[in-house]
Amino acid sequence: MASKLTTSNRTGWLFALPAVGLIALFIIVPFFLAFGFSLTNQRLISPNPTEYVGFENYESLLGLAVITLEPERDDGGNILRDEEGQPEYPRVRTITRSDDYPQYRGMREWFRWQSGDNARVVIAGDVIFMKALVNTLTFVFVVAPVQGGLALCLALLINQKLRGINVFRTVFFMPVVVSIVVVSLLWRFIYDGNDGLLNNILQGLTFGLFEPVDWLGNTDTALGSIIAMSIWQAVGFHMVIWLSGLQTISPTLYEAAEIEGASKWQAFRYVTWPGLRNTAVLVLIVITMQSFAVFAQVDVMTNGGPLDSTQTLVFQAVERGYGKQDISGGSTISVILFLVVLAISLLQRYLTREKA
Amino acid sequence: MRKTSIFATALLASVSLSHAALAQTELSMWYHGAGNEVESKLINQIVDDFNASQEDWEVVLESFPQGSYNDSIVAAALAGNLPDIIDVDGPIMPNWAWSGYMQPLPIDESAIADFLPGTKGYWDGKLYSIGLWDAAVALYARESTLEELGLRRPTLDEPWTGDEFMAALKAAKDSGNYKFALDLGMNDQGEWYPYAFAPFLWSYGGGIVDRETYQTAEGVLNGDAGLAFGEWWQSLFTEGYAPGTSEDPADQQRGFIEGDFAFQWNGNWRAVATLDEVDDVVFLPAPDFGEGNKIGGGSWQFGISATSEHADGAAQFIEFALQDEYLAAFSDAIGLIPSTPSAAKMTKNYAEGGPLEAFFALSEEQAVLRPVTPGYVVQSKVFTKTLADIANGADVADTLDAAVDEIDADIEKNSGYGH
Repeated sequence: MASKLTTSNRTGWLFALPAVGLIALFIIVPFFLAFGFSLTNQRLISPNPTEYVGFENYESLLGLAVITLEPERDDGGNILRDEEGQPEYPRVRTITRSDDYPQYRGMREWFRWQSGDNARVVIAGDVIFMKALVNTLTFVFVVAPVQGGLALCLALLINQKLRGINVFRTVFFMPVVVSIVVVSLLWRFIYDGNDGLLNNILQGLTFGLFEPVDWLGNTDTALGSIIAMSIWQAVGFHMVIWLSGLQTISPTLYEAAEIEGASKWQAFRYVTWPGLRNTAVLVLIVITMQSFAVFAQVDVMTNGGPLDSTQTLVFQAVERGYGKQDISGGSTISVILFLVVLAISLLQRYLTREKA
Repeated sequence: MRKTSIFATALLASVSLSHAALAQTELSMWYHGAGNEVESKLINQIVDDFNASQEDWEVVLESFPQGSYNDSIVAAALAGNLPDIIDVDGPIMPNWAWSGYMQPLPIDESAIADFLPGTKGYWDGKLYSIGLWDAAVALYARESTLEELGLRRPTLDEPWTGDEFMAALKAAKDSGNYKFALDLGMNDQGEWYPYAFAPFLWSYGGGIVDRETYQTAEGVLNGDAGLAFGEWWQSLFTEGYAPGTSEDPADQQRGFIEGDFAFQWNGNWRAVATLDEVDDVVFLPAPDFGEGNKIGGGSWQFGISATSEHADGAAQFIEFALQDEYLAAFSDAIGLIPSTPSAAKMTKNYAEGGPLEAFFALSEEQAVLRPVTPGYVVQSKVFTKTLADIANGADVADTLDAAVDEIDADIEKNSGYGH
């Protein structure tokens, strides 16, 4: 059974020990604790004893149902319509708060669609969680490719022998060094709906034609604003990783390509890009994982609002676990988040595997 | 080794020289006012005075920023590391008392007989905390605004009705002189929401939770009164009377002083600063939406942690701090309402003829405590989110229903919170 890992490698283990110990203490142990808590009704502080509740927390988070609403009809059986000609439906609360349907008790409308004259309404046990899940996934699917691509462009730009190139490298990297909380506060001013910098610039560029937008106060723009700001903030970090990848590509390959008469694009496509394969996998996975953990921006800039348009999973986990003292609820979200990230990371690994 | 022992001797010598204090037992105390210079100075003064006044106890003060104070206490409690004396926000106290972080305050009730009701923290029939001040909220306005818009000046006995209030907002908006008719401080999505806005709901006849049993919010928060309140609340924003949740904190801070807002619903801890800059500011009582005009009561208070081994000393300090001169000093510096009538007489704002005098009476007669239950910690969060959502255009009935469901589920999960 003796393998290289266990024999003749005492120094190696010794070097790994501090990191392994700390990761075990602060990441692995808490993870197992979270999984344990998610099966109980653990509170942050409470004199009541903790009880095992099985998968109740998961059920209340993930519960979904579809109900069909028939339009209201007058005595003659004709469908009542509002001013715009849309059929009128009874309120969802007549079902979710009725004693006739105990199975829907406490559920809320998430979204609905029209099917013939009827309306199909998806009701969820925890609409805020569902919205947080969708927002987080949106955030990841936008940030990962855009931030990764932008970082690559910046890396290509600063990977040149120019006078003063270090100034550019510093400028692009600067936002990474500044605390995300500070950056978020600053961007709150930039996005200010009254006299924010962004509105002022856009008005200046359009000679006053642009109507000021309350970027963070509007359900349509809030999440996008946070995404844009997050991309800007961390793009420098990934630029550096790309840059290190670029610098491992041997200059002789480019020379050979030039002699062969390759165009700039061909040199990028057939020399640079294959040479960045491993870097690309790393950058993609790192951005994905970081994006799933989006929290500080939301906490500082919007508190999840307006109307839950910027709720995210980690924000909800903290809000419930710490704010509402519901450790079990927060833990449940964390476990679900872990499973989602795990699944996506495995998928990424599968898609970017070395094809033999 | 020798170096250390020399150092230790020197340290010992310096300690025993600096005070004749070797016999004093140390009492640790945490306070939420870090970063607030005026407040820090006052609390330090009390601690110094107390330490000099007797020889048994020495209070050692540690200050925290308000934003992270509650988290620090909870973390310390989980770690079994609480100080002897803590200060606690009035509505949070039942939660900490129920959780076993605090012990009843061994103070003679006669010592606090004439204290304002909002300053006394009772849970389960026992006194757990006592405050040096109470806070109040008022409708800030300018005398000139009232004249210009031709508005009746409301008084405590005859406050504006809901209709009069809305007419005043409409007049202010139609005048075109203001960016907004009313500022509510919507950017501060914390305890400000229930503290400042729940009184409107009470005035409509609703509530956050049924205060008879504290077991449900059904019919109280989402009953007819609650729905009426919710519709009114939403109209403030849809009609453009008040800035919404994305308000810039800097604008909020300066808006009234600079004349951007005709009215501002604001705490009296900002009264002193406003008086400095706005000569003709008047502080109007809350409008009456049908069930009387109400404001929230209960501010920061002192209590003793459950793990303190020196409750007698801690109680001695708290009693010492309750002297009128300190109550008056806090009031003069920050504009808070002193807890006793005798202290009020010593202040410049609450003495007879002082600009804030009316609030002492208001606080005494009309301040209502937020729900006195350990579940308030959660209810406060739910209420805050509900009001923010309604302000942002969510359906009133559905949002209130959701809040009721969440509050009820939480109460059930906590086996009724010991009521």
